[in-house]
Amino acid sequence: MTSSSPMFSDTIFALVLVLLLLAPLSIVGLALINTGLGRSRSAAQSILGSLALVSAAGLVFALFGATFADGFSGAGHTFSLAGKTWSWAGTGPVALSGFATETGREQLSVLFQFLAVALAVLIPWGSGADRWRMPAGIATAAVLAGLVFPFVAHWTWTTGWLATLGANFDMGVGFLDGGGAGAVHVLGGLSALAVVWIAGPRRGKFPREGLSTAMPGHNAIYVLFGCGVALVGWLAFNAAGSLLWLNAAPAALPVVALNTWLSASAALSATFIITRVRFGKPDASLCANGWLAGLVTSSACAGVVTPMEALVTGFIAGLVTPLLVEFLELAVALDDPSGAISVHAASGLWGLFAAGVFAPRQGQLAAQLVGIATLLGIVLPLVYLLFWLMNRVIPFRADADGERIGMDLHELGGGAYPEFVVHRDDSYR
Amino acid sequence: MKYAGLLVMPAGFFLAIAAIVLFPDPTPRIGFLLCSLAVEAMGLGVAVRGHMEPRGERRS
Repeated sequence: MTSSSPMFSDTIFALVLVLLLLAPLSIVGLALINTGLGRSRSAAQSILGSLALVSAAGLVFALFGATFADGFSGAGHTFSLAGKTWSWAGTGPVALSGFATETGREQLSVLFQFLAVALAVLIPWGSGADRWRMPAGIATAAVLAGLVFPFVAHWTWTTGWLATLGANFDMGVGFLDGGGAGAVHVLGGLSALAVVWIAGPRRGKFPREGLSTAMPGHNAIYVLFGCGVALVGWLAFNAAGSLLWLNAAPAALPVVALNTWLSASAALSATFIITRVRFGKPDASLCANGWLAGLVTSSACAGVVTPMEALVTGFIAGLVTPLLVEFLELAVALDDPSGAISVHAASGLWGLFAAGVFAPRQGQLAAQLVGIATLLGIVLPLVYLLFWLMNRVIPFRADADGERIGMDLHELGGGAYPEFVVHRDDSYR
Repeated sequence: MKYAGLLVMPAGFFLAIAAIVLFPDPTPRIGFLLCSLAVEAMGLGVAVRGHMEPRGERRS
């Protein structure tokens, strides 16, 4: 968990590199899920936006973000409190200068973070579907990659103050987050909440009378295929994260992979059952949300729990997720088309907590609670403030006419499915 | 209301930092950390409540 971790052998270096080359499948899967859960008139904007966001995040992280996320160039920016040194930012080279001559472990750490930030910025993109303008989405990706993610990554993964809670304050081994449940998913999920708050609901979503209007995703195949693709990426992320951040031995990787799969499977089963009981038939989009919630939970737990514990944590995530999606829409009037707030933020927080409960170390639960308090107490207000300021400069929301004709025609001038009739808002109250 | 809730949340974070520094003993530390999370949950609840729009309101 720290820069004093043992050096990688060539075999482990090659193994982590191969895993990280598979990890982008989680990004592809999430892009497909986001697109499928949105409406057909915004499908091309969603996919192009995904590529643009990932590109912007990668560029900004390479130019600035990696400097602050760094954990290998000395202690970084620090301050002293209670007789201990607290590292709050890295002091790595700007624009990745000298990257080629760094050790294998350092290079792989940067590559992991590079992929992680790309995944994190895609999470709010799905929540703003059908009304969030692409330029604003790209700007938020750049801000997250340059000003928020690097600090959270440094605190969590390298020599940051959360990672060193164990050494400094006897709290287990410090904050545990091998697969990025906090630095990626909770950050992305809380960003999604900020976007939904600032952009507001889609027109017609919450009519003056009656229940909220159902606006189902336009392509269940994209969504469910995306879930399958995401599994491969998640297996790679969790395994690579265990080797890089938890100092796991390669012999532990089969358990990590099994835990990841078990967590997702248990979560899907729970969501399948609960939607079958509540609606009479299983709901495809909620089951996809349940599957993803299980994967997100495994991001925190896969490297530190037993297979049966992974099953239990996943099952609980799968039970809670569909109920939370429904609660947020019906009781709180949050229009979150991809369910990212429930799937990524809530399940990520649950996974971090469960890792503390099940980890067999004294003080680990306290470290996890500190991490959760940091994500909720600092990251959400900070992200909201940054997005609120950005909305003043680059308005998040498309105008009413743009939303009515669809984001494809409004922003790209052409639709994703030109041969098909696009339904207008007339059908909505 | 919107912003009051979000301003309360960092207070919960500073309570968590206080728990780390002031309580080396695990039991009161966990208790204090749970209190900090309760403060954050309260702030989140207020922020959520403040962001709820009247039904039927149209945004441009």
